[in-house]
Amino acid sequence: MTKYNLHCQSRYIRRDRDWHPPPLAPRYLSTTYRSPRHRPVTLDSTVADITGPVFGHDKIGPNDHDLLINYAKPGKSAVGERIMVHGRLRDENGRAISGVLIEFWQANAGGRYRHIADTYKAPLDENFGGCGRTITDEDGAYMLRTVKPGPYPWPNGGNDWRPSHIHFSLFGEGFAQRLITQMYFEGDPLIELCPIVATIRDKKAIDQLISRYDPQSTVPMDIRAYRFDITLRGRCSTPFENRLEGN
Amino acid sequence: MLDTVRKSIGRQLTLTALKSKESPSQTAGPYVHIGCVPTFAGLEGMFGGVDLGSRMINKNTRGERITITGQVVDGIGVPLKDGIVEIWQADHAGLFNCSRESRGRADPYFMGWGRQPTDRNNGSFTFETIRPGQVPYSDGRLQAPHIQFWIAARGINLGLHTRMYFGDEERANQDDPVLSLIGDEHRIQTLIAAKTPRGFQFKIHLQGDQETVFFDI
Repeated sequence: MTKYNLHCQSRYIRRDRDWHPPPLAPRYLSTTYRSPRHRPVTLDSTVADITGPVFGHDKIGPNDHDLLINYAKPGKSAVGERIMVHGRLRDENGRAISGVLIEFWQANAGGRYRHIADTYKAPLDENFGGCGRTITDEDGAYMLRTVKPGPYPWPNGGNDWRPSHIHFSLFGEGFAQRLITQMYFEGDPLIELCPIVATIRDKKAIDQLISRYDPQSTVPMDIRAYRFDITLRGRCSTPFENRLEGN
Repeated sequence: MLDTVRKSIGRQLTLTALKSKESPSQTAGPYVHIGCVPTFAGLEGMFGGVDLGSRMINKNTRGERITITGQVVDGIGVPLKDGIVEIWQADHAGLFNCSRESRGRADPYFMGWGRQPTDRNNGSFTFETIRPGQVPYSDGRLQAPHIQFWIAARGINLGLHTRMYFGDEERANQDDPVLSLIGDEHRIQTLIAAKTPRGFQFKIHLQGDQETVFFDI
């Protein structure tokens, strides 16, 4: 019994592949040749899936989470609307996920990435790199400071514009929880028009990626705030569930 | 009595219903290198100028040194030049360097995780690591030595999990519970890295006749 329970509690809940975007999404042309056609093979969780890399606080610098200044010359700051984004990282059971790495990257306030392949007309900002990282605290909370990223056009359907967004890379505690996603901003009219957003079929799922303006956390005369909570896969809930099946 | 227990169990199940669904995935996009390998992406000096996961071993790491080279290609054979590849593996003795590893203490000089960009010119990647020990499957049977791979890039809507097995471990591969589950010999071969004079060569096909087996783990 004990052994069975341990096994059950350490397993992750299966990913809901109707909630996530499917591999092939015709309106997002890049998926055409990059989408596997076979269904993924379902495996039982092994110890490799429930364990994952551990990144200590010692690896993270004091300004790594602050895109306003982490690439800027001393005394300078990135150009744009100053915002902070904060929230909680939890699993599907509502449990806080503490001590794990979150990485983020984004375009500058004009919609331009600091990347050799980005040739958009909007200029680079010499004081903005566009990436940051942090480790969640004991309550699973995180915070980053940045400038609000600008929308930008991209070659897909002829006249497609990405809504303002920040990319998030999340580790969790087990490698099976690994996730990359994007955060959008409440009220942005481009969200509804975006073929990448539309790869997600359920409106409730899309809503999970839209941050809310959070006036209560705004710092007067300094910076506005957006709230963005993130959920990673949870573990199979209780031993009761399996006992029931066993009966 | 049994009825009361069942009712109580039923309540317990209701109470433990999911609080929230997993946040849905979105593609890593064409600029994932900025966020995950900023030094490689050209952001000089960012985070001390060393990309996380770029070096997996040092002189104290125990185990047989191996070099894994590979390439990720799409359904028409075009290399992915804008992706990332991550690996997660056991140490030389088959233990993971994580507090949730309950079978023993892993080599403290081996984190077990690596991350590399796919090359901007030809989509290739290289990992300098060690050969992992054997790890049991969920039913207790030993698996052949293997490494977990995870791939993210523009056009990939949900990161792809796969595994790399070693071409020179034929016997262990034959007995491997996961490879046996796949059954089809042609598909099994997509997971086996060829032994070369330089190490191991692992080509990942996202689509097509040689599409790599991906896993729902």
